[in-house]
Amino acid sequence: MSISRRTILKLAGLTALGVTAENYASAHAGSTTAKILSKAVGAGKRLTKSNLQQKVRLAMVVDLRKCVADQGCTKCIDVCNKAHNIPDFGDSKDAIKWIWKEPYENAFVDQENFYMRDEFRNKMVPVFCNNCDNPPCVEVCPTQATFQRPDGIVMMDWHRCIGCRYCMAACPYGSRSFNWRDPRPFIRDINPDYPTRMKGVVEKCTWCDERVDQGLLPLCVEACPEKAMVFGNLNDPNSEVRQLLKDNFSVRRKPGLGTSPEVYYLV
Amino acid sequence: MIEHAFRGSKKYWSWLLFLALIILAGFYFYMRQFSYGLGITGMSRNVSWGLYIAQFTFIVGVAASAVMVVLPYYLHDYKAFGKITILGEFLAISSVIMCMLFVFVDLGQPFRVLNIFLYPTFHSLMFWDVVALTGYLVLNVVITRVTLAAERNSIPPPKWIRPIIIISIPWAISIHTVTAFLFAGLAGRPFWLTAVLAPRFLASAFSAGPALLLLLCLLLRRLTNFDAGEEAIKKLGLIITYAMCVNVFLILMEFFTTFYSHIPEDAAHMQYLYFGLDGKARLAPWMWTSAILAIVSLAILLVPRARRNHRTLIVACIAVFLSIWIDKGLGLVITGFIPSPFGKVIQYWPTLPETLIAAGIWAIGVFFITIFYKMALSIRSELEA
Ligand code: SF4
Ligand code: SF4
Ligand code: SF4
Repeated sequence: MSISRRTILKLAGLTALGVTAENYASAHAGSTTAKILSKAVGAGKRLTKSNLQQKVRLAMVVDLRKCVADQGCTKCIDVCNKAHNIPDFGDSKDAIKWIWKEPYENAFVDQENFYMRDEFRNKMVPVFCNNCDNPPCVEVCPTQATFQRPDGIVMMDWHRCIGCRYCMAACPYGSRSFNWRDPRPFIRDINPDYPTRMKGVVEKCTWCDERVDQGLLPLCVEACPEKAMVFGNLNDPNSEVRQLLKDNFSVRRKPGLGTSPEVYYLV
Repeated sequence: MIEHAFRGSKKYWSWLLFLALIILAGFYFYMRQFSYGLGITGMSRNVSWGLYIAQFTFIVGVAASAVMVVLPYYLHDYKAFGKITILGEFLAISSVIMCMLFVFVDLGQPFRVLNIFLYPTFHSLMFWDVVALTGYLVLNVVITRVTLAAERNSIPPPKWIRPIIIISIPWAISIHTVTAFLFAGLAGRPFWLTAVLAPRFLASAFSAGPALLLLLCLLLRRLTNFDAGEEAIKKLGLIITYAMCVNVFLILMEFFTTFYSHIPEDAAHMQYLYFGLDGKARLAPWMWTSAILAIVSLAILLVPRARRNHRTLIVACIAVFLSIWIDKGLGLVITGFIPSPFGKVIQYWPTLPETLIAAGIWAIGVFFITIFYKMALSIRSELEA
């Protein structure tokens, strides 16, 4: 459904997004895609031309059976906050969050289940942007400050965003944060390798696009001591994400809305 | 034409001065918001649109409602509205200006507003809303200028203006429909995700807008020698009655589908709005006030004798206006965000600076209405003299 919708928009010449995406692809594809693919294809296999041409759709798998967030683990959150210059306003109304923990019943709000496995009652779930395959935030943004890369990552252009917050109204997952005030005084130690934001723009998790472009894994994936998070190319049947999804039962947040969220939770 | 705005009684000038003071206060707080950021408002990560967008939504309706006098006059040649069409159009212009200001003050990066045109994005309803509003403003500015100039020179307006006026009719409908689409197309916000939203917007607009116009006409009759005419007043009263009935009917439809189907995600919002959720019910007293006002207004409007009596009619019009102002200018937008996508009830209430900025924009709108009406009426009384 999501594919046909986008195809129709494209056919109608309606997707200026397409232009952005293609420009982006021509500028970045060579190095990035190759590296991700070499990772996704896996060790021992040669990177062939057909691998390269294969379309990449990045995805994340979170194994909730392994995650120990409810035992106080915040490793994935901490590395992300530090690397991405996330200000600390406490849990105030101004809070900026890229990855954080929510109780199971809040993360999967539409899967109300009075009787359920004990270990999932009150389980804490790491939540972050789903980098949806059919992202409503991209659809509504009036300036294309939110746009989708060909590999599926939903990006933010902080120099273009006008701060209308339409994307926040459109995101069904509460994944987006707005800079209600200047965040810089609230960043503990500024990481000079990553931009800080200004007041008045929206931001969110972008699956560490800056690392993915260098062939590295997202920080949270790398930081998890339990190896609960796995990242890879969904279009490659041999990738670890595909293997995990093949062998395990997975759920996604609000799949019924047609946004096609690309974070899979193993329960 | 504009010179008439600069000639006026003491009362006129003190009124403008009063408005200017409110505008200045609003501007002062906008500058504070500009330097501090939108954190100065009550909006949050969870309720990310508040009073500004809600008021915007309400006022788009007032702007669109001009069509309720323009259409009978130009399409059906309904002469009784001859005197007040220009008032309706000026009301529309002032309202559109307010709408644009409300969107503007809501932006986190106001200086980048032109990005909407620099990177036109056809799949964004916000782009279309801006286009629709701008077009509507231009149409009404042209129409009022041309018709008023013709009136002053006692000649019939040029022929080419008629098609433009005819275009302005569906255009008025479109501005409010597109504004409804802004909300009604979001899969993740079940409270707005209803096909009845656009019809409801139109019905509420066509009752609140003409109610305001009627009140203005009666006010002008007391303050100036302008008389809209008894027939026009009666007709407006009838329009308000029909539109308000449809509006209340559509609200009841929402009640039925939401509560009879009782799909939790849908019902939670309505539940919060009218009864409160998790012990939190900040909007409920407002909504019940709105409901009572709606009942009062219908009790008057539906009785022909009460509707024809100006005293009771005024009460009904005020009740209609306030009822819809609460329903649309507060409840409808905010409740879309409560409960949050995580099912949490995090409430919102506008802060003082936010309220004063909104008041400042209202004052700008009233300021424009005042000088526009002054212009139109001065030209008329000059002709009569
Ligand atoms: S989770 Fe929200 S912000 Fe992320 S891509 Fe999906 S709709 Fe957009
Ligand atoms: S806040 Fe920024 S990213 Fe979000 S819709 Fe508006 S312009 Fe686009
Ligand atoms: S680092 Fe791993 S175990 Fe810890 S909260 Fe994140 S996903 Fe769970």
